[in-house]
Amino acid sequence: MTEEPQIIVRDLEMGYGSFVLMRNLNFNVNRGDVFIIMGGSGCGKSTLMKILIGLKEPSRGQVFYDGVNFWGIDPSERGRFMRRFGILYQNGALWSSMTLAENIALPLEQYTHLRPIQIHEIVSLKLSLVGLAGFEEFYPSEISGGMRKRAGIARAMALDPEILFFDEPSAGLDPVSASLLDDLILELRDSLGTTIVVVTHELASIFAIGNNSVYLDGESRTMTTSGDPKKLLAESKDPTVRRFLTRGAETKLE
Amino acid sequence: MKNLKPETINGRKIIENNLDFNRPYDGVLLVRLKGIWKIVHPLPSADVVERQLTTGPHVEQVSFDTSELTDWDSGLLTFLMKIKEFCSQNKIRLETNGLPEGVRRLLRLASAVPEMKGACKVSVREPFLERVGSRVIDFNQSAEEMLDFLGEASMAFMKFLTGKATFRRSDLTLLLQECGAQALPIVSLISLLVGLILAFVGAIQLKMFGAQIFVADVVGIGMVRVMGAIMTGIIMAGRTGAAFAAQLGTMQVNEEIDALKTMGISPMEFLVLPRMIALIIMMPLLCLYADLMGILGGLIVGLGMLNLNLIEYLNRTREAINLTTVGIGVFHSAVFGVLVALSGCLRGMQCGRSASAVGYAATSAVVTSIVSIIVATAIITYICQVLGI
Repeated sequence: MTEEPQIIVRDLEMGYGSFVLMRNLNFNVNRGDVFIIMGGSGCGKSTLMKILIGLKEPSRGQVFYDGVNFWGIDPSERGRFMRRFGILYQNGALWSSMTLAENIALPLEQYTHLRPIQIHEIVSLKLSLVGLAGFEEFYPSEISGGMRKRAGIARAMALDPEILFFDEPSAGLDPVSASLLDDLILELRDSLGTTIVVVTHELASIFAIGNNSVYLDGESRTMTTSGDPKKLLAESKDPTVRRFLTRGAETKLE
Repeated sequence: MKNLKPETINGRKIIENNLDFNRPYDGVLLVRLKGIWKIVHPLPSADVVERQLTTGPHVEQVSFDTSELTDWDSGLLTFLMKIKEFCSQNKIRLETNGLPEGVRRLLRLASAVPEMKGACKVSVREPFLERVGSRVIDFNQSAEEMLDFLGEASMAFMKFLTGKATFRRSDLTLLLQECGAQALPIVSLISLLVGLILAFVGAIQLKMFGAQIFVADVVGIGMVRVMGAIMTGIIMAGRTGAAFAAQLGTMQVNEEIDALKTMGISPMEFLVLPRMIALIIMMPLLCLYADLMGILGGLIVGLGMLNLNLIEYLNRTREAINLTTVGIGVFHSAVFGVLVALSGCLRGMQCGRSASAVGYAATSAVVTSIVSIIVATAIITYICQVLGI
């Protein structure tokens, strides 16, 4: 782990048209962090992630990856940059007309010069890492929701990304599967040293995996706090954050 | 595999730049991994290690030394996974202590869940007779499904006639607009051109006999009796039939149709019926419009190329066409309306639950409707022949 933060967000403002969703976002993500983007529904968590992964341009401000201004470089350069990311979409977003093996093999076929046999080996490795060994020939419609999520992670990891983005990884999963998924995320971080950015509002996950976070407040349209969620729960004075982290059990808003 | 030339330096076999072997004790093979092990670099294959294990003196344990390993990713892991598999098959102990912490954890993770046996689908080539048999069974099944659908559609239609069907009137109006007014531009263009083509083809032949005026008969009867109906039928099959299949197919993918069913709303009445009614109402109207445009196309050729008189041409056309001809044309188009709506909805409802299934549904809806349009035309023409109309 180096001292230089891997992702730096400066004065970020995002919105749709003239509507401003969030402004003055400033935070850093260090290498090897599990960084949580949290906040209530509709406050712009997913939009922030879209900006971070290059799907939506911010209205103002910069995002730096290892010192490179992500939205300042030209699109083709940015496309090459985006290959360093692995992304798990909310519903897996597996290509439904391809088998799991083909889903994972596609980025490898596109961006590496590996021979088919090597690609096959990597595909089985990635599937066994997420506990789906032997499911190569299955179509996404033939497996359960939790398995689809894990297959989505396998695809996100296909190119050995430096940063993994997860959009609501535990949404729609039962508590046991969700906690297994949390374990998997931590295991990947610890063994590969990958930086992981998670958008979620599942409290159990937030405390289990996060070591850094930002809280987006829909009311004031900006981030109100950032840091380790466990510390925030213990120390934060902000009533909205406290209310969020305790499921509204304490500090009712007046 | 490149430069696989075993050389011996200081009693140690050097095989690759980033891999070599050492036998510190009896029965122990020490594999030294060096340099960068990333998938983008050419890496040695696990066969090299397997050859060491099978050819040399007997080995009971494989150990690793990674003190000179600088960087690694999945490339190293796939290599180690293969060695691990080989070792467990040949009862050789695999000592992973020498590997980096992350690699060991990932290896553990990868083997935490055993491979699901029998999950791999093996495609076996079936014998010829079996294939014929299963095709026949499939055909029977799809014929049954089609009849089923037809029956349900008829029942929904009966319910509609008795005023008991449940669907939203606003859906019907929207559909009427979609498959009526919005189809006018393309119907105008196509039928005008078909009229022109018919006139051209007729004109060349009739000119030889000096009977140019009969172009009006050719175009008038041709368009009004069948061509107008067939052209609108085919346009609507490509335009609306495919749209129906795609709409219903996407609804099937999103479980929207299941949602309707569980609310006690019959998808047959709610989705299929309004589409059917919309096409049955709109197709005859579009057909009449197409007839008119076709005659206009014939008129353009008649006036421009054959120097016929406008009044003369129109009179000739009016004499050629009688109410029966118009009736037959309209009847054709009503039948086509039912066929296009039914095939579009049938394929949409049968749609599987993936993106490619929706594409397949749209394609097969168009194919089914066009085939059934042509077959229906042949049958109606034959019946008219027998009845002498």
